[in-house]
Amino acid sequence: MMTELSVTASSIRITDVTQDGDILTFAITSQKLNSSGGVCVFRTYEDFDWLQQNLFSQENVPGLQGVIFPPLPPKVPSPLNTASKSLKQLGFLALGHDWQSYCKALEFYLQQVATHPILSQCKALDSFLTKSESPGKQRGRKGILNRLSQAVEGMRKESHKDVDDFFQKQRHKNTNLAALSKVATEKILDVVLTEQKLALACGHFSTCLHLCVNQDDEAAVAFSKICLKLSDIVEAVKRNFEKVANNNIATLGLGLDLEARYEEAEKEMLFRRTCKLIELETVKKNTEKTKANKRDVMEEIQKATEKEFSLISSVAKQEIERFHSSRVTVLRSFLVGWCEKQLDTAKECAKLYSQYLDTCKNLFSE
Amino acid sequence: MSASCGRNPPPFPDNDDQEAELDNGVLDSDEDDDEGEDIFTGASSKPITPTSAPEEADIFSEEGSYIHHTTNGLHSDEELELFTEATVELTLTNTTSQGRREIIGPTASACNTAHVPNSIHKPSIVNKTMEELEEDESTDQFELNVAVTNPEKMGDGMNAYMSYKVSTQTTLPMFRNKTFSVRRRFSDFLGLYEKLSAKHSLLGCIIPSPPQKSVVGMTKVKVGKEDSSSAEFVEKRRSALERYLQRVVAHPSLLQDPDVREFLERDELPRAVYTQTLSGPGLLKMINRASDAVNKKTIKMNESDNWFESKLQEVENEEQLLRKLHTAVDSLVNHRKELCSNTAVFSKSVAMLGSVEENSALSRALSQLAEVQDKMEQLHHQQAFSDFFILAELLADYVRLLGAVRCCFEQRMKAWQRLQEAQSTLQRKREAEAKLLWANKPDKLQQAKDDINEWESKVSQYERDFERVTCTVRKEVLRFDKEKTRDFKQHIVKYIESLLHTQHRLVKCWEAFLPEAKAIA
Repeated sequence: MMTELSVTASSIRITDVTQDGDILTFAITSQKLNSSGGVCVFRTYEDFDWLQQNLFSQENVPGLQGVIFPPLPPKVPSPLNTASKSLKQLGFLALGHDWQSYCKALEFYLQQVATHPILSQCKALDSFLTKSESPGKQRGRKGILNRLSQAVEGMRKESHKDVDDFFQKQRHKNTNLAALSKVATEKILDVVLTEQKLALACGHFSTCLHLCVNQDDEAAVAFSKICLKLSDIVEAVKRNFEKVANNNIATLGLGLDLEARYEEAEKEMLFRRTCKLIELETVKKNTEKTKANKRDVMEEIQKATEKEFSLISSVAKQEIERFHSSRVTVLRSFLVGWCEKQLDTAKECAKLYSQYLDTCKNLFSE
Repeated sequence: MSASCGRNPPPFPDNDDQEAELDNGVLDSDEDDDEGEDIFTGASSKPITPTSAPEEADIFSEEGSYIHHTTNGLHSDEELELFTEATVELTLTNTTSQGRREIIGPTASACNTAHVPNSIHKPSIVNKTMEELEEDESTDQFELNVAVTNPEKMGDGMNAYMSYKVSTQTTLPMFRNKTFSVRRRFSDFLGLYEKLSAKHSLLGCIIPSPPQKSVVGMTKVKVGKEDSSSAEFVEKRRSALERYLQRVVAHPSLLQDPDVREFLERDELPRAVYTQTLSGPGLLKMINRASDAVNKKTIKMNESDNWFESKLQEVENEEQLLRKLHTAVDSLVNHRKELCSNTAVFSKSVAMLGSVEENSALSRALSQLAEVQDKMEQLHHQQAFSDFFILAELLADYVRLLGAVRCCFEQRMKAWQRLQEAQSTLQRKREAEAKLLWANKPDKLQQAKDDINEWESKVSQYERDFERVTCTVRKEVLRFDKEKTRDFKQHIVKYIESLLHTQHRLVKCWEAFLPEAKAIA
């Protein structure tokens, strides 16, 4: 059912997350469209999943299969606090304190759905954002649009030649981008993990330096002072690494992760269209083969399928254009944000080192 | 140490500038001097802690007479130019007495159990504070710079070896020229160490030790592997040899040693084959070391002054701590190297992304990003080098030096042991004489008397030795402590400078990228 969303899309925020055993509960706030009031609801991942399924399974939406569905982040693995499992399944989203990155990703998801011309009109979205009782208890129909399966069947269909040049090119580009952005996300994850290791190593070094403190005699006191000074410096190095890693996580990492998942979403859409194409071609072939008496029926089916296919294709085209322009904007904002943050951190750190250098030079020339 | 523990009333030269010079040294680090690896230099005679009890006054007076000291003049930063020719300027203050470090022995009669020899007291000196002693003046100032550079592979196959250029610049009159250089190989450096050890360690000097042998490293070089790891190995070794040599020449008594002079000057050195591990002398050395280790445990001295015992404990503790620190820094270095390679991989992945990107501004920004990451990789690499050469090697050197300090304590213990043994032998001879007298055997009496005389003089010789070693060890340790502090200070300053330098370059990278990111449309 189509309804207007009763809250403004840009005001949707995930303001809090609480953990109860293995369940994460998210507090979602938004501003009412027609009044100055705000709404706050509490949702779990199950509820998000319910929403996504509802979006998939909408009826009477022409060309729904041509929609690029905003990607929902994967479920947090349980038990909750196994770092390595989280890392494997969630990648970047597992990093950051208190699920910050994960919340941000969910927030983006909701905003993307709420700003989508077709999807924002789904009643389920409004319920999700405004109704106080959580909708997840009602198990909706599982949509006909499921996640891309990697069956051999799927692989074969994926490389099926297209009838439309535009789409052929699109599919090719998308394949590249999807793969490369996934790789880039993995690589920056490696960088961040190493930065975190470095912070730990610095911490360890600093602790060892504290062990050197010894007040036995004058020379030992002098030496201890030096060790403590070095320890301060190493702590500064450690904090710098932590900040740099966090900056990477909060901006570029998140951005690349989003990009990678969106490319996958586009891939899924293109795949659906390709499946439809194959279906259409199969129907055509069958129609040709049928005996005269069955031909009418087959032709009806063929016409219907053709109509579906062209609807999908036209929606898809719009979606692709919309996606391409918005992704550039999104990436831009992430890159700029990342650069600015890293620049600030770097300048701060340089200042700090400079102060330490002066202090040391003065201290040590005594 | 070398010059001096002259018993004659030593006029204390007024070195008021001693401390000041040392300070200038550190302050001058901004000028373009050479790489100041701080080395053993600049000890003024400050042997004693004036807090000990009266009976230790003997030792004080002994040491009070020491005049010899050196200062290390200037230090510098060559910061990131760690691998270029590094030289160190030393200012040596060489006072009068060179050569034989003789203590004109204590006039007291034989002591039975006292390990503290009675000696001529110099009450006026006894109470001299450390600061006053430190202000003793240097009479002359000399310069000697030494550098190890230009590693070259000579020969081939398994007989190949690396030869290094050892260049010296000096104003010291004992050398023939002002500037000269020779080529030496690793075994030459080891040979020098062996010779110096043999001669000086008995006196309680702290002898810096050369870098260790590395079969794996050298084999790679011999086999001719031209990769970065063998280049790194050669560089590490070159740097370590240079620091070793700089420490040797910084030590005032070692510098006077003719072997050192020969090492620096002579064109061709006879090959030091006895440094090979499996040679005759090599095996002998291993056996000696093993037996030393056993013996060490059994020497228990009666110390009248806790200084030695507590100092030794301190040294041992510190060695352990420095080892821990070294491990920590090592892991830091490794992680940085890992960061380097991860950054490089990331950079490539971004470059690929940029190349398939259709939007031209985004594509350009991504390629710029890849370049920024490449630059950052280089910065990380350099910082890893800095971490290593400034901190890790410093710590490793000091772990070894502390080992050398321990050796010098051991030497003192050995000297004491010899004294004890001589004293008990003397005692036995005297008892033998007494027995003979009682048994009335005049013919053997003369022999017994001769024996007693012989051992009496041995005992007094060993007493003097012990006293001298004690004095030397104390001085050496105090000087070492001071140098260590200064060395560390210098290195820390260098380290921060390297951090700052890297950080500035990083800021520039980001500043260059920001407009590119903003230009995306």
